[in-house]
Amino acid sequence: MTVNKDEPAVGSGAHDARDGYVPSQRRLDRERYKRARARRATAIGALSTLATGAVLYLVVVNAPGWPRTKETFFDWGYAREAFPKVLEGLWLNVRLLLVCGAAVLVLGMLIAVARTLRGPVFFPLRVLAAAYTDFFRGLPLIINLMIVVLGVPALRLQGVTVDPVLLGGTALTLTYSAYVAEVFRAGIESVHPSQRAAARSLGLSNRQALRYVVLPQAVRRQVPPLLNDLVSLQKDTGLVSIGGAVDAVRAADIIVGRSLNYTPYIVAGLVFVALTIPMTRFTDWVTARMDRRRAQGGIT
Amino acid sequence: MSDAPDAPVLRMEAVRKSFGGSVVLRDVDLEVAPHTVTALIGASGSGKSTLLRCANLLEEIDDGAIWLDGEEITDPRADQDAVRRRIGVVFQAYNLFPHLTVLENITLAPRRVHGVPRAEAEARARELLERLGLGGKAGEYPDRLSGGQQQRVAIVRALAVRPRLLLLDEITAALDPELVGEVLTVVRGLKDEGMTMVLATHEMAFAREVADQVCFLEGGVVLERGTAEQVFGEPRQERTQRFLRRIVEAGRL
Repeated sequence: MTVNKDEPAVGSGAHDARDGYVPSQRRLDRERYKRARARRATAIGALSTLATGAVLYLVVVNAPGWPRTKETFFDWGYAREAFPKVLEGLWLNVRLLLVCGAAVLVLGMLIAVARTLRGPVFFPLRVLAAAYTDFFRGLPLIINLMIVVLGVPALRLQGVTVDPVLLGGTALTLTYSAYVAEVFRAGIESVHPSQRAAARSLGLSNRQALRYVVLPQAVRRQVPPLLNDLVSLQKDTGLVSIGGAVDAVRAADIIVGRSLNYTPYIVAGLVFVALTIPMTRFTDWVTARMDRRRAQGGIT
Repeated sequence: MSDAPDAPVLRMEAVRKSFGGSVVLRDVDLEVAPHTVTALIGASGSGKSTLLRCANLLEEIDDGAIWLDGEEITDPRADQDAVRRRIGVVFQAYNLFPHLTVLENITLAPRRVHGVPRAEAEARARELLERLGLGGKAGEYPDRLSGGQQQRVAIVRALAVRPRLLLLDEITAALDPELVGEVLTVVRGLKDEGMTMVLATHEMAFAREVADQVCFLEGGVVLERGTAEQVFGEPRQERTQRFLRRIVEAGRL
């Protein structure tokens, strides 16, 4: 064994005191090479990012219409005026997202499970769930919203709300539950049948197998598409403004209508993006952690 | 590449591998000559599977080095895919692709990695399947086959790319005795054809019969190595003796 006793231990957890292990020169060389390679990769990445950014900047700034565009879309004064109002409106979007998001997850899961139930007893439930997803996935959201937000108050039913936010939220929940139900169902069906077989062989009922074995595995695969739908929902919460509620987009709209300057739209757009990014990073982190804990290790 | 006819196909030197804080392989040296069979024996958790995974670069070793045909494959500059193209692996749990038919499982690598034309790849796959008694199963999906059949398909999949070295990781551990026989017959046939193999196994009788070299692993260390007669007949290490005694008591030798 080629061991160099003079070299200090490097690398995480490399040194194991119990068996007096000392990293060999070979290992140290290897790690040095890998570090150098990582540094080079980082440098190349930074350089290419910088170059791309510079090219984009020059192309936009040198466009013939740039001064005019800058005036109408990137006006600092209007941006400052719009920002607090947009934020105020955004609070409505956030509340709608939280409430509708939770409702959509629950309803979507119920529909998905209803669709995967076996046995003749559940036939009507299965058909109902299938009909629901078919209908609400096909129905354009804007039409759904108009029917619910404008149509329901027109009925003048006793005890039924006419609040556009509540009605709009209901419409969003109806449509998004159909989307999310399909995500859940695809996830459930993607779990290998041998898993269900193993669970049933242990004496777990169909329901228990679903609850303890299939769903936990399905959830991992469902997280990215679910997040997709949640982000999409977050943006669509703006549509409740057709009933007169003032959300972030509507707040921007009001200023634009008055000033004929489009900067508030840019502000509203950026605020939405800023809201999405932490959510994406968080789910990435959660799924990565799930994978790490389960993985066999290795490079595969 | 070394050109000497007896230069080892696989050589390991002072290989060390740990997961988190626990050291799984410690100072492992191994040489596998061409056209020989090396059997790794030892209790579960002794490091047999990890050793095979390291040889196929599925695990990155902490220290030491591994050579394939005289070329160091653990060098970070080595092309890992090129290395794996020359090594066939059969896993304990088959690891067949459930979304592909038997034929597609087998021809995937020849066609996509080695660029073999479809007709040629399928002809070779069918020939191998025929030889392993699976002629009628080419169009089936893996989940519809028995364990022994699936494992034989996995062997065909590994052989389809004409590997220089075949690693077999407890390939009979998930099979019942009747099916074990059919898989071991296949391995025996491969030995006769001169395939170089390293196999981790619990089938001591089989290891004794087929192996040119036997390594007994315990706690990530190769405690004893030698010919099958030496290791099984007159083990020098006390712990090897104890291990073999337990095997004999269990009626497995």
